Amino acid sequence: MSTSESRFPVSRPALGAGGATGAWRTKKPIINISLCVYCGLCDVYCPTSSITVLTRERKIEVNYDYCKGCGLCASVCPRKAITMVEE
Amino acid sequence: MRREALTGNQAVAMAVMYSDVKFVAAYPITPQTSIVEKISYFVEKGLMKAKFVNVESEHSALAMTYGAALGGVRSFTATSSHGLLYMHEWVHWASRSRVPLVMAVVTRTIGPPWNIWPDHSDYMDQRDAGWIMLFAMDAQEAFDMTVQAFRISEDERVFLPVMVGLEGFIVGGTTMSVALPDEESVKEWVGERRQPFVFDGSANITLGNLASPEDTYILHRNIHEDLLRSIEVIKEIEKDYSETFGLPYIGPVETVGEKESSYAVISMGAWSGDLAEAIKQLGRNDVSLYRIRVYRPFPCKELRQALSRKNGIVVFDRSISFGSFGPLYMDVKACLDSEYTNVVNVIGGLGGVDHSLGEYVSVLRKILGEMDREEKLEKQIWMEVSR
Repeated sequence: MSTSESRFPVSRPALGAGGATGAWRTKKPIINISLCVYCGLCDVYCPTSSITVLTRERKIEVNYDYCKGCGLCASVCPRKAITMVEE
Repeated sequence: MRREALTGNQAVAMAVMYSDVKFVAAYPITPQTSIVEKISYFVEKGLMKAKFVNVESEHSALAMTYGAALGGVRSFTATSSHGLLYMHEWVHWASRSRVPLVMAVVTRTIGPPWNIWPDHSDYMDQRDAGWIMLFAMDAQEAFDMTVQAFRISEDERVFLPVMVGLEGFIVGGTTMSVALPDEESVKEWVGERRQPFVFDGSANITLGNLASPEDTYILHRNIHEDLLRSIEVIKEIEKDYSETFGLPYIGPVETVGEKESSYAVISMGAWSGDLAEAIKQLGRNDVSLYRIRVYRPFPCKELRQALSRKNGIVVFDRSISFGSFGPLYMDVKACLDSEYTNVVNVIGGLGGVDHSLGEYVSVLRKILGEMDREEKLEKQIWMEVSR
């Protein structure tokens, strides 16, 4: 969270407010494009919004600057298209 | 101006209707009930275009009022005593969120023993929450203050909730002739709803997230500083109200008697009327009464000016910080310079005890006599009660 305001206890989402957390990663998600059906479940579950899935455009992208390598995406993927690989 | 015979509670309900309030959530509790009863009647009859929700508890009453206020509408609730204590968590949520809303507190003693009569214990229990706290002494003030409360709360220099205190039964339940400005002009004077942020789903925004100790410190310090500065806003808004509607301007502290008197009596609420009468009966024109109308922010500057060169000060408290002094006394003492040693705290009226005029006369005669003779003073005196 970033509290940009000094009078009001509200926060607005900001990219990388907690720093580039990609450096915390020990394992890295690798996507097997041939298995992916672009359902977007990994995108929904990712706690740092580091995976973007565009279903219609059939696009999937991981932002490795912020992905902490938690592996949630790999565990929720119904097609087992994501593998966690040692850095 | 039109006049109507209204109780203090009815006057508050009228003020809420006139101020174009759009949302009211409430749970009934004596002696507040007749405020929300009246409002629910106004809504039911279509006189007031607002949503009225009868919730299951006071905790929910303030939570919903808060939610509606966050959502962008002018909101109001009212309560007393144990209801106020039950919603205490939300009292802090409202002020620390900086959400403008107004609540009437019709004061009533905290039990046990079970007691429905008025003192200031419930109201004073909220004193450190960061609300603006006004206190009325009659139905006219209850009306005027409630209308002004919406403007104060929604002023961008303030953006804090406002509490309007009035004593149960003595003010809330007794009838007087109240001067009522025209409803449409009041609506126009209060104006459009103003607030610092709106939660209506249109923006990516959260409230109450975890923040660093430093961020929290700055936010809380700003509540304090905005609250201190708000005294000027409160004065400005009362002046504007009185000029617009042709009513007298009183200010945060009302003076009854000579400004240059030797002695000061300080009080808040309805019993100030008894004290003014007692001073008159004593036949002393060297004693003046100072009535606190704005309790938070505490009108320190105004009081210091009013109390300069007084030989003695008597502060009447209708609640007690058990094991210490009355809250009003502590605030007055904290504002005064160290040379003021003749400051006496009188505690009375707890549990709704109605002291007689003669009792006020005799306690004042005793203390003022001791001050005249420069005797050593007791710091705290309790009014006598016979069962």
